[in-house]
Amino acid sequence: MRTVMLFRKSPDFALVLFLILISGALSVTPAQQKKSIILATTTSTEDSGLLDVLIPVFERSSGYIVKTISVGSGQALKMGEKGEADVLLSHSPDAERRLVERGFAINRRVVMHNDFVIVGPSADPAGIRNSGSAAEAFSSIARQKALFYSRSDSSGTHALEMKLWQSAGVNPEGEPWYRQTGLGMGQTLNVTAEKKGYTLSDRGTYLSLKRTLGLDTLFEGDPQLLNIYHVMEVNPARWPGVNHTGAKAFADFMVSKEAQKIIRTFGVEKFGSALFFPDAGRKDMERF
Amino acid sequence: MDLIAEGLRKAFELIVSMDREVLGITWLSLKVSGIATLISVGIGISLGMIIALTSFPGKKIVISAINTGMGLPPVVVGLFVTVFLWRNGPFGFLDLLYTPSAMIIAQVIIATPIVMGLSVAALQNLPPKLRLQILSLGATRWQMVWIMIREARLPFMAAVMAGFGGVISEIGASIMVGGNIRGYSRVLTTATVMETGRGNFDVAFALSIILLLLVFSVNYLFTMIQQRERPR
Amino acid sequence: MSVPEVLLAAEDIRVELGGVAVLELPSFALHESEVLSVVGPNGSGKSTLLLTLACLLRPSAGHISYRGNVLVSHDAVFRFRRRISMVFQEPLLFDTTVYKNVASGLRIRGLSRNETRDRVAKYLKCFHCEHLAQRSARKLSGGESQRISLARAFAVEPEILLLDEPFSALDPPTRHSLMHDLEAMVRETKTTTIMVTHLESEALSMSSRILVLNEGRVVQTGTPSQVMSRPSNQFVARFVGMENILEGRVISRERDGLSVAVSGRVLHSAGDAQPDEIIECCIRPENVTIDNPDAAGAGNTNRFSGTVTHIYSSGPFVKVSLDCGFHLTALVTREAFSDLRLSEGTQVSASFRPSSVHVIRRSKAELERLKS
Repeated sequence: MRTVMLFRKSPDFALVLFLILISGALSVTPAQQKKSIILATTTSTEDSGLLDVLIPVFERSSGYIVKTISVGSGQALKMGEKGEADVLLSHSPDAERRLVERGFAINRRVVMHNDFVIVGPSADPAGIRNSGSAAEAFSSIARQKALFYSRSDSSGTHALEMKLWQSAGVNPEGEPWYRQTGLGMGQTLNVTAEKKGYTLSDRGTYLSLKRTLGLDTLFEGDPQLLNIYHVMEVNPARWPGVNHTGAKAFADFMVSKEAQKIIRTFGVEKFGSALFFPDAGRKDMERF
Repeated sequence: MDLIAEGLRKAFELIVSMDREVLGITWLSLKVSGIATLISVGIGISLGMIIALTSFPGKKIVISAINTGMGLPPVVVGLFVTVFLWRNGPFGFLDLLYTPSAMIIAQVIIATPIVMGLSVAALQNLPPKLRLQILSLGATRWQMVWIMIREARLPFMAAVMAGFGGVISEIGASIMVGGNIRGYSRVLTTATVMETGRGNFDVAFALSIILLLLVFSVNYLFTMIQQRERPR
Repeated sequence: MSVPEVLLAAEDIRVELGGVAVLELPSFALHESEVLSVVGPNGSGKSTLLLTLACLLRPSAGHISYRGNVLVSHDAVFRFRRRISMVFQEPLLFDTTVYKNVASGLRIRGLSRNETRDRVAKYLKCFHCEHLAQRSARKLSGGESQRISLARAFAVEPEILLLDEPFSALDPPTRHSLMHDLEAMVRETKTTTIMVTHLESEALSMSSRILVLNEGRVVQTGTPSQVMSRPSNQFVARFVGMENILEGRVISRERDGLSVAVSGRVLHSAGDAQPDEIIECCIRPENVTIDNPDAAGAGNTNRFSGTVTHIYSSGPFVKVSLDCGFHLTALVTREAFSDLRLSEGTQVSASFRPSSVHVIRRSKAELERLKS
């Protein structure tokens, strides 16, 4: 006989529960939510470790809290488009320009660049070491049907890789020697090293893993392999809710002398050479 | 194989050296999942009791919904919570996205159905007349609730452990709503995925070992509580 | 002799399940120190009645009063529940020691540790379970478990004790032993008791009153001997085991009984009725004696010759169906059965005393209905 017995949810119980919920939620969130900036950037930028040095400097001097969300290049720019971030730091020039054209981002300024390298086994079965250009190296790889690993994750790296295949006049899609990992740069390098294949990597990630990888830099220096970083503020006219003052403060910081100095010296001690090259204010970089 | 050895060595190093960042990440994991489990247990057990002990139209549908909720993919929860919490969403004004609070909210949503479903089962497994017997002994509503919980303590503790286990190890929602921000919303699981993505397998391994140790210790504690006081 | 106080009363009770009335109780009263047994077939509403009286089940209509105070508010019901105790068919013990089980009602009431200890010891002793105190309640036999359940119920020293078929799940020897101890306890403590039980149960012997339920209604209430020997209607008659129910017409009234025409034969019964009245004559099979056809009667004025139509085994007895112009069932011992060398088709002489013929008259309502 399942008749409803005298069991009612007591009001004081509900109140206690509510208090637990609220205190739980509040205890973990710092008070200064208003002074925070959401920075959308890419995983490779974060992974280089540069931001771990730059951001604390900025936070100390400005009093802002920077929330760095590192995702794929595509997602980072999308966050800007949807007003879910305040400032963007990315390295996909074409996509960035489109975003500015469409009015979602403003004040696009060049910050720095690093470059990509083509790495592979020291035996170099595809013989790309003496190629005249990156595109030529890629066509050699295709011709020799050498194992190539692609990130295939709509990252900036991947975008450049596709551009290079295009320049080489090759469509690698579906070829048995062309492998798609869908992974981040570090993991992709590991897989490439394991299988003794070729891949395109940013210098920074490669250098940080070089010791344990066993891959060599087989081709570098082509202007096409330049990876240019720009900082953009999300347009407050489009998204009034963004923290534009904070965004501008951060963007200004990135092109400031102080930040540029940090960029220039980053990695020298650890890897023997700088990972990034500061470009703020340089007229000749503005074509990118 | 030496990857595992590397990982064990690194884990030992990190723990012994009390690496500040690792300690912070571990503590945050415990705090976030601990609070989430506590809240889920509060909601799950009390609602579970109400559902199990009263009869109402549509009871079977409600229980199926709860059981379905037990298998809710965390990443789906993460997506929904993100959409609700982001700036242009209905709760954007709360500014909760990319905070540990958002992680707690997502984890509560994941754990509550687990705790609730198992609590309902635990109570429905008790003899149907037990509640009447307890009331006939003159128990107040709260005394009755307490005695019923005690009678079903074994499956209830299992429910709590299941709830905790479900959220301490989850990654999909935590990374989406938390953002894996260094020193702020980075927990063991999100840090492990990040280090793996960077190729730092030894660090990733070390973090995994620390996570396993954490989960084991907590469950050991729970099990001790569950199994105590069993007379001959 | 003063009338004992009415402890518990119920008025206009109606309990519905799924729109159907499972219990209808226009009035009910339980007196102090009374031991009331509630009997009836399965599904007659006995458990429902018990739960309603214990205020563990809220009726759709009607109210319960305790010592004259109507129990309506949650507080009043709660305070009432603290004065009663209930034992179910399953022991429903808690997963802890026997001691803690018996103490549970006392802990709930906030009794001091010392008093709890004394009471638990006392009642464990009453039910001969002192040696089980530290045992896990899950590791007891069926009989031991029910003893603990009883000890737990008595430990709170209730004003009213309710029992819902507490011994049905036990085997006969265990049942007897427990029944004996329970009876001793009830008698000693003079606890007012309501017990749902079976007719065959010896619990009837300790009852001062029986309530017979059928289809949610009380069909008869009275002392055990009243109900067992003088059922007020056909249902109760059949229920108490008067298998022979013969419809007949009263021929004449005599000094100490009636002459009744039943299927062309004349039968003498006890009781009173009007001539020409249609009545039911009820006889227990145990009261029908079977003899050889030519055996002489011993002053019995009810002797009929008949044929054995069927023979059934019934434990230590044998049930014999007879055709004497009307159907008659007799119950004989196996020894008597073999002595008489009975088999289907045997001619016998069946006899019974007029005093063992109980007469049921049609109620006024039935008569009205028949007239129209």
